[in-house]
Amino acid sequence: MTAMGLLQFGLIFGALLLTTKPLGSYMNKVFDGERTFLSPLLSPLELWIYRLSGVDPNEEMGWRRYAASLMLFSVVGGVLLYLQLRFQQFLGLNPAGLGPVEAGLAFNTAMSFLTNTNWQAYSGEATMTYMSQMAGLAYHNFASAAVGIAVAVAVMRGFTRAAATALGNFWADLVRGCLYLLLPFCAVGGLFLVSQGVIQNFKPYEKVKTLSGAEQTLPMGPVASQEIIKQFGTNGGGFFNANSAHPFENPTPLSNYLAMLAIFLIPAALTYQFGLMAGDTRQGWAVFACMSALFLAGFLVVYHYEQKGNPLLAARGADQTSSATQSGGNMEGKEVRFGIASSALFATITTDASCGAVNSMHDSFTPMGGLAALFNIMLGEVIFGGVGAGFYGMILLVVVTVFLAGLMVGRTPEYLGKKIEARDMKYATLGILIPSFVILGLAAWAALRPSALTSLANAGPHGLSEILYAYSSAVGNNGSAFAGLNANTWFFNNTLAWAMLLGRFFIIVPVLALAGSLAGKKRAPASAGTFPTHTPLFVALLASVTIIVAGLTHFPALSLGPIAEHLVMLSGKLY
Amino acid sequence: MEQSLKRRKVAALWRGPIVRTAVADSIKKLDPRSLAKNPVMFVVEVGSFVTTWFWVRGLRAGSPDAGFAGHITLWLWFTVLFANFAEAMAEGRGKAQAEALRRTKTETAAKRLDDMGRIESVGAAALRKGDVVLAEAGDIIPADGEIVEGIASVDESAVTGESAPVIRESGGDRSSVTGGTKVNSDWIKIRVTANPGEGFIDKMIALVEGARRQKTPNEIALNILLAGLTLVFLAVLMSLQAFAVYSGGAVPIVTLVALLVCLIPTTIGGLLSAIGIAGIDRLMQSNVLAMSGRAVEAAGDVDCLLLDKTGTITLGNRMAVEFVPAPGVAVEELALDAQLSSLSDETPEGRSIVVLAKSFVPKPTGIGERRMIFVPFTAQTRLSGVDLGPVSIRKGAVDAVLKLVDHMPPALTQAVERIAKSGGTPLAVARDGQARGVIHLKDVVKGGIRLRFEQLRAMGIRTVMITGDNALTAAAIAAESGVDDFLAQATPEKKLSLIRLEQAKGRLVAMVGDGTNDAPSLAQADVGVAMNTGTTAAKEAGNMVDLDSNPTKLIEIVEVGKQLLMTRGALTTFSVANDVSKYFAIIPAMFMGLFPEMAALNVMRLHSPHSAILASVIFNALIIVALIPLALRGVKYRAWGAHAVLRYNSLVYGVGGLVAPFVGIKLIDMGLVAVGLG
Repeated sequence: MTAMGLLQFGLIFGALLLTTKPLGSYMNKVFDGERTFLSPLLSPLELWIYRLSGVDPNEEMGWRRYAASLMLFSVVGGVLLYLQLRFQQFLGLNPAGLGPVEAGLAFNTAMSFLTNTNWQAYSGEATMTYMSQMAGLAYHNFASAAVGIAVAVAVMRGFTRAAATALGNFWADLVRGCLYLLLPFCAVGGLFLVSQGVIQNFKPYEKVKTLSGAEQTLPMGPVASQEIIKQFGTNGGGFFNANSAHPFENPTPLSNYLAMLAIFLIPAALTYQFGLMAGDTRQGWAVFACMSALFLAGFLVVYHYEQKGNPLLAARGADQTSSATQSGGNMEGKEVRFGIASSALFATITTDASCGAVNSMHDSFTPMGGLAALFNIMLGEVIFGGVGAGFYGMILLVVVTVFLAGLMVGRTPEYLGKKIEARDMKYATLGILIPSFVILGLAAWAALRPSALTSLANAGPHGLSEILYAYSSAVGNNGSAFAGLNANTWFFNNTLAWAMLLGRFFIIVPVLALAGSLAGKKRAPASAGTFPTHTPLFVALLASVTIIVAGLTHFPALSLGPIAEHLVMLSGKLY
Repeated sequence: MEQSLKRRKVAALWRGPIVRTAVADSIKKLDPRSLAKNPVMFVVEVGSFVTTWFWVRGLRAGSPDAGFAGHITLWLWFTVLFANFAEAMAEGRGKAQAEALRRTKTETAAKRLDDMGRIESVGAAALRKGDVVLAEAGDIIPADGEIVEGIASVDESAVTGESAPVIRESGGDRSSVTGGTKVNSDWIKIRVTANPGEGFIDKMIALVEGARRQKTPNEIALNILLAGLTLVFLAVLMSLQAFAVYSGGAVPIVTLVALLVCLIPTTIGGLLSAIGIAGIDRLMQSNVLAMSGRAVEAAGDVDCLLLDKTGTITLGNRMAVEFVPAPGVAVEELALDAQLSSLSDETPEGRSIVVLAKSFVPKPTGIGERRMIFVPFTAQTRLSGVDLGPVSIRKGAVDAVLKLVDHMPPALTQAVERIAKSGGTPLAVARDGQARGVIHLKDVVKGGIRLRFEQLRAMGIRTVMITGDNALTAAAIAAESGVDDFLAQATPEKKLSLIRLEQAKGRLVAMVGDGTNDAPSLAQADVGVAMNTGTTAAKEAGNMVDLDSNPTKLIEIVEVGKQLLMTRGALTTFSVANDVSKYFAIIPAMFMGLFPEMAALNVMRLHSPHSAILASVIFNALIIVALIPLALRGVKYRAWGAHAVLRYNSLVYGVGGLVAPFVGIKLIDMGLVAVGLG
């Protein structure tokens, strides 16, 4: 590890510390329907949307109606996207003359984008028309992100309202999230990316002669507009197959920095917004602190193992030490311009959050580096996490932690003055367990299916890691992959699509139910008998529960995947 | 004020007959139908059946692994038995008590009175609500009821364990009698208030036997979490087999089952119901009868205690502490008058006046010569005293005495005010229409009560003193005792509205009461403890009955409630933390065949795969037995703030639970090697 590498972490984390409070305050106002500095510009548009769609933004919804509206919105969006992809050749903006997307892939892709996963079983430049990219995929980048944020805000309302029946209005939350948060930031950020050299055009693909005289096709397209929301909405679906490793998506260190920071901005700010809504910002900072600690730990593991490189190569005399002229370490699958630290940091952030954008190939990481990325996803992507999804995933773990801690102090567990009772535990347990079931069940199925195994580029433990990563990524709505797995087959397209759906909605529904149940409860005043949930002790407990729950669930599988691979590598064998 | 501090003899934990019955019961409880109520242990039992089958099959085939399967099978069955044993032990103590109670319920004959007042002899089982029965000296009272006529001394030792008889009489707050208790003297007519089988003793028997034991809310919530964990581990193990097949070698089913049992939370799963039963039982030991486990649990959550001043915060009685003579009257003269007027006063206050007066006039002179006519206290005059021939001496409430005297010296008026302000009660003394002085009666705050309140405050519990005194007096006593707040001139309505107010703020309120007028408050409070001496209405409104009728008990009840939850939380944390070490024992043991490099994960350096797995299973079984005493006794309760308790318990049961099995499994592994089972 180098000082420069650690500084990169510091720059991201420092910026987060600076932005969390102002952005969180702004978001709190936006979702409260208060006036902000953008209101003069946007509120006429907002009102016009409500009028056009017949929505009364002040009409409150109970959790069932909120969830139903959300599902309806998502399903309709998914169906439209599927149809658009199947008929993209007729819809214009298709200079490359691409044909329709095959049914299985179209289904997989539609589910992938509506769930904010952006798993890509296709390569963008060879499959998607500009129209599909812009009106289909980029639309879902906005919509699915706004849905996630809406759920988080509804959950916050549930936890902080007392004796209430409603969680807010889904349509208003959706519109406000898009209009006041995602669109303005992306307008500015997109232009900034263009300034860095990210392309934005509708030109046909260009054929160029390389220096060595070979002919190469350079794909073109409206990239910057899609790139910024891909990061800011923690979507992760790249315009090109190479994602953020592609120079047209991520040309400079500055664009790389913005890409990483943009992933964490909203998830971090949500913690502060939560604190504001709870009337005690320390509650938000406690969640923030837990996320930060896990973020740092994950980064250090990835960075350490990637910088250490492959001991077998070192044994053969390869120089893997970092110096002024080379980054050293395991450079397989990494861009030379990003080096080890920036690749490790990007990989940590993209798997902490459910983003899935990559600037290096996770499949080529050392076993332990890849394990850390995979484990980040298995934690439920609660380290800041996906926009909204990270927060509501973490709140489930908070509930479990509070429950255990509450029992240990001899009181019915309380969080923010709300008693955590059997019904709440049921929802929290469901929300935590179902994703694990889906990951383990589908991965086991794939591992036993000879035809599925033909998709694997690597045998042995690494092949198992690829399968585990694929389903963890799908269920966690991450979207990044161990690319050795060819997922564009009937089996993987379908099972992964279902994994994404279950991983999205089987958390959202229980968590909304939990919020609905808590909203209806009275708030008990805090006393010396209620343990405080903003102390370092609680943060440590929350982090322990997060790690132990995921660790106990996934350690056996990991032991046969990356852990076995690591141990076997040390004895001289690679896969 | 009845205050029997004598407790029923605490049943010793490991008493021979209880253990013997428990051993038998733990085998009976193997019935899958009864185990199905406990998902965790049910899974262990199914696993035991599976390994048994593989063991038998292995034996028939002469497989070399049959011995290993046999050992695993044996310990899996032990795991189930140990959990059953824990529950049976907890129930055993209750059953022993129930037996003792049942003996009092031998068929009693009742003297039922018909409309004409004629006595008709019927069995107690034939009595119905509303019947009126007669109970005379020596009779067992046939059913719960309320005295409609008469007064009697009743031996309630069958219920309370207290041998001193108590007075029960019609009207007032001491009119209820319990079926199964015995009339010692006199007679009473009782209106039956409970049908046979629904009486107080029946309820007690049902409760201590656990027959109607419902799961408490927190227990249900915890069960959900435990069931969830069990399901996850089932999924983990099933998928693990698939991954093992992918990796080149299926894991033997026996090993898989062993790992499953080690991972699912058997420690807490096995002890959960024992903890609950033991909690109610601990309350029983301190002579408190909880009508439901829910009430016990709610007691742990209480944020606000309403405590009666008299008997809880202060000793039951006021004591004379000072004589303030009127100008021109010597203090000895006043003391003599006070003493004379109190000689026949049998109230504790009266006696304390005599005691205090003795320090001024050790031997009252000139009593013997004159005839003394004592004038008892009546509610109308609010005076008592004595007539010595022509001399009349009276003492009583200041305003009552004022009517007797021509003139109250200003010095005395000031003294009266001073005494009232300090929280005391002034009594005036008059002799032949002349004010002689004032006696200062003072409430004596119980020793140690201030410390108790400080502990409660640290636990986050607010204490509110309820008193009929005026605000001035109440404030003084509140300040002296360290209580957080007080309700002066309390009426039942005021109490009720105070409870509602606290509850509206989201607080849980506990209170003690005995009178019928307390019934609404008892019903409204989250934890209402009725005194056993109280009325039937009060007892029915509350959700606990204190057989000792000792209002201080409320504090103990809160502690038992907290202890109950803490024990569950601590053991759950311990159980889950244990899993980490089991992974490090079993996972390398499972896969060292596939990947010899996995030996690096064998951080405990266990001897062989078989010894590692067996040691984990044995540890998992033995830890249940080792923790039975803790489950029955409860985690030690400490009057600390929540933060301190959480830190302490997280360290002991969380970190301890992480470390302990590493040591335990290693030791068992060494033992297995020593006896040649490695």
